[in-house]
Amino acid sequence: MKRLLAVAAAAVLFLAGCGSSDSGSSSSSPSAGSGVSDADVQAALQKGGNLTVWAWEPTLKPVVAKFQEKYPNVKVNLVNAGTGNDQYTALQNAIAAGKGVPDVAQIEYYALPQFALGKALTNLTNYGAENLKADFSPGPWGSVHSGGTVYGLPMDSGPMALYYNKDVFDKYGIKVPTTWQEYLDAARKLHKADPKAYITNDTGDAGFVTSMIWQAGGKPYTVDGTNVTINFADPGATRFTQVWQQLISEKLVAPISSWSDQWFQGIGNGSIATLTTGAWMPANFVSSAPSGSGRWRVADMPQWQAGGTATAENGGSSLAIMDKGGNKALAYGFMKYADDGDGVQVRVDNGAFPATTAQLNSPTFQNTSFKYFGGQKANQIFAKSAQNVVTGWSYLPFQVYANSVFNDTVGKAYVSSTPLADGLKAWQDQSAKYGNEQGFTVK
Amino acid sequence: MAVPQLAAPRAVKTTHRRSWAGWQFVGPFMIVFTLVFLAPIAYAIYLSLYRNRLIGGNAFVGLDNYRKVIQDPQFWSAFGRVALFLAVQVPIMLFLALLVALAIDSGRLYGAGFFRITIFLPYAVPAVVAALMWGFMYGARFGLIGNLSDFLHVQLPDPLRPGLILASIGNITTWEYVGYNMLIFYSALRVVPKSLYESAEIDGAGQFRIITAIKLPHIRGALVIATIFSVIGTFQLFNEPSILKDLAPNAITTYFTPNFYAYSLTFSGQEFNYSAAVAVVMAVLTMIVAYVVQLRGSRQR
Amino acid sequence: MTTTTRVPLRTEKRARSASEGTRRKRRGSVTLTVLTSLMAIYALVPLAWLVINATKTQDGLFTSFGLWFDDGHFALGTNLRDTFTYDHGIYLRWLGNTLFYVVVGAGGATFLAVLAGYGLAKFDFPGKRAVFGIVIGAVAVPPSALAVPTFLMFSRIGLTNTPWAVIIPSLIVPFGLYLMWTFADEAVPVEMLEAARVDGASEMRTFFRISVPLLAPGIVTVLLFSMVATMNNYLLPLIMLKNPDWYPLTVGLNSWNAQATTAGGQAVFNLVIAGSLIMIVLLLAAFLTLQRYWQSGLAAGSVKE
Repeated sequence: MKRLLAVAAAAVLFLAGCGSSDSGSSSSSPSAGSGVSDADVQAALQKGGNLTVWAWEPTLKPVVAKFQEKYPNVKVNLVNAGTGNDQYTALQNAIAAGKGVPDVAQIEYYALPQFALGKALTNLTNYGAENLKADFSPGPWGSVHSGGTVYGLPMDSGPMALYYNKDVFDKYGIKVPTTWQEYLDAARKLHKADPKAYITNDTGDAGFVTSMIWQAGGKPYTVDGTNVTINFADPGATRFTQVWQQLISEKLVAPISSWSDQWFQGIGNGSIATLTTGAWMPANFVSSAPSGSGRWRVADMPQWQAGGTATAENGGSSLAIMDKGGNKALAYGFMKYADDGDGVQVRVDNGAFPATTAQLNSPTFQNTSFKYFGGQKANQIFAKSAQNVVTGWSYLPFQVYANSVFNDTVGKAYVSSTPLADGLKAWQDQSAKYGNEQGFTVK
Repeated sequence: MAVPQLAAPRAVKTTHRRSWAGWQFVGPFMIVFTLVFLAPIAYAIYLSLYRNRLIGGNAFVGLDNYRKVIQDPQFWSAFGRVALFLAVQVPIMLFLALLVALAIDSGRLYGAGFFRITIFLPYAVPAVVAALMWGFMYGARFGLIGNLSDFLHVQLPDPLRPGLILASIGNITTWEYVGYNMLIFYSALRVVPKSLYESAEIDGAGQFRIITAIKLPHIRGALVIATIFSVIGTFQLFNEPSILKDLAPNAITTYFTPNFYAYSLTFSGQEFNYSAAVAVVMAVLTMIVAYVVQLRGSRQR
Repeated sequence: MTTTTRVPLRTEKRARSASEGTRRKRRGSVTLTVLTSLMAIYALVPLAWLVINATKTQDGLFTSFGLWFDDGHFALGTNLRDTFTYDHGIYLRWLGNTLFYVVVGAGGATFLAVLAGYGLAKFDFPGKRAVFGIVIGAVAVPPSALAVPTFLMFSRIGLTNTPWAVIIPSLIVPFGLYLMWTFADEAVPVEMLEAARVDGASEMRTFFRISVPLLAPGIVTVLLFSMVATMNNYLLPLIMLKNPDWYPLTVGLNSWNAQATTAGGQAVFNLVIAGSLIMIVLLLAAFLTLQRYWQSGLAAGSVKE
């Protein structure tokens, strides 16, 4: 039937034939039938071979160097194929072409279900990955699962905390907020005292909003196989919109996009007074906003209920083995080294924030003092946050798409009089429409 | 298309007997052209007849994707935006380019060579770099706009807000391409036989009269081809919005321009079948507009 | 033989200087000059911004007025050095790649466009009328939509992640074809070709021996446009190349700009600016060097009539 259509040029016929055969094969290939034991993995590591790893995480470079020292027969080819979405595109393209698929890829937690569902990743149950549960903190461990199956090993994590500019807070006599209501009050007080200063910046960020709702106890996404429910009207989401709507309507958040030059400038000069984000942020503070050094501090994430301890994860990524990659036992060996073995400490030493309990609980880690934060032992706050992440959160199996249209829908709330809740509803509708078109049953 | 008639008006004079000899010159170009343009286009058309879903795999769907494009409000919103851009930015840009070309050609300019080079300079700046640069400058708080606001003690409007973003992008493209179009016009003006307006001057015709009666009609071919290339460029607007999106995520939607929409569909939503249909529809619309421009251009001949 | 017939390159120059001579007799207009200056300022301000800001440190970028230097911190030297040494000197590699792509890509594009433009201008052959229509029609298809099909095709042939994936698509510059067509139409007199044919020279031999020298100014012009087009290339290399070692400067610089957005990444806006400046300066140097030929080429048919 397909050939019937490809009447154009000979070149196209050739392509068409290949194209159809390829899309057929992508749904096949179950991963290694029986279990792969640690001994098999060890043997593969000793025997050696070539391994291609796609990752943008900068701390993997020294890890690879150490790894190759330990296993001289293995040659790891570490490729930065783009950050986040750029790399996913490259992955999808390589998978579609059936060529150039790496053995191991870095995949953010929010994107993992999409690749798992697309049968692009290797099920790690057979490699004994489930036995590693105790090694990782609960948030990221939950995030590498899709439909109850483990598809990756957590590489880093982003338990959230409140970063604030102490100088600015002291100058205007503002108390560090412990609840979001106090945060709102602080925002008003600050902006009134200095119209050029804002409590934070926000131009609409899907990762931030989902994390906030996560902390508030919302569960907007429930996924059961291909049955998906999206609901941004649940109590958790409502809690968030009520407070955040006021921040937006009263123009208390700076309309500056995160990661822009203006943002780093605002962090450095005090006009952006707080950030609520993941524990991976300190390295970025140091390298990209050096002029704020010594002025910033870290505090617990503000709460939705006074006295609460709930937190959420923001960002973070895993390493996963591609289904179409080669030598999987070797790939697993590398992955375990980088995410659960000696590699973790190397990465922590280079400024990464771990997902492993051994590192999180170690005294050296907890007692590290941060010059940027005036000598504060910030890791204690982050480690505590990692313990208190609300459980039961899940992302959509098409979250990459959903996040890409966040600003088309929810973004309107930031630049017009559209209420945030309506924006979220529009986001919900558009996500649901896409899900249904893609063959899911979305309610 | 009747383009050749416009592009090589003197074809009759120069060609000799009809033979296949010409293909040995045109052939290599056409072979590579087939590989990098025609084959992907044919493949895109083929793709546009299918639908590949995350769940359920690939299926032939006939013209469904095209039906969907016709009814897609996001596509038409994107098309409307570039149409508006075409109606406003392209005339301004071409008009400015023409004025400068006429000024330089008039011979009444001090330092004509300097202006010719200077105004052409921005074209040499790669679009990606230009967009990065203007992105820095457009910063309303700490960028150049912010600096100027502080300096003048007023709050200048944020060039990246939804109401202004299209104009701001228009400014970038105008900056980039005025010089390029100016050069096309200028080189066409140089070809206008001097004798024509020398005799007109003797007859007492003013400069304005010479421009409208002699110069403009003579460079009509250049005007038309510049317009056609501008139409195509506008309908394919991509680099500037894609780079500015990081700075203005809410003002630049994923369906800001048709080309950007096709890109988002493919790269964020994995909908390359639908994306291919969007591209084909857009290509047809582009050809129609280019054709209309060309018809109008040659009718006044 | 070439000497007996007119040589457009020279005649043209003579014709042009003569025309400039007559034109110069006209009074210069201050008003016109001032008005044109406005356009020149518009063109130059962003470039001035780039030059000024290339002298600032990462911190200085944020704390000083955009159109003036950061007092006491003149970091142009440091920025240039850092640009070349950052990440083990990858910038130099990108620069080399870009040069390579430009030489092979733009050179090849020019060769193809010159051949084809000449063929269209000087021959009548079956299918001729269709050629330009097809080319213009194909150009109307949004390139981003062709990116994925092209990627899938190239991937099958095994070209992705190699320099060829960048070079082959840049071999086609439709505007170059148009330019060459109109230029060849004017610059190569039919009588000369007829004479060569009578002498029994093959068409290819005639082309290289007689036509190419006459076409020189046009070739330079097409080369310049192709160079800009190749340097401008962004989307396709972005998709085709995974290995930063093969990036051209556009993709490389944008990756520097984007690396600020990752956990643990470092913002190097100062290097993005300095790197852009170096790139533009080099491009300008090429333009100005070739300018002499280039202008005579643009004045396409000034020999006409």
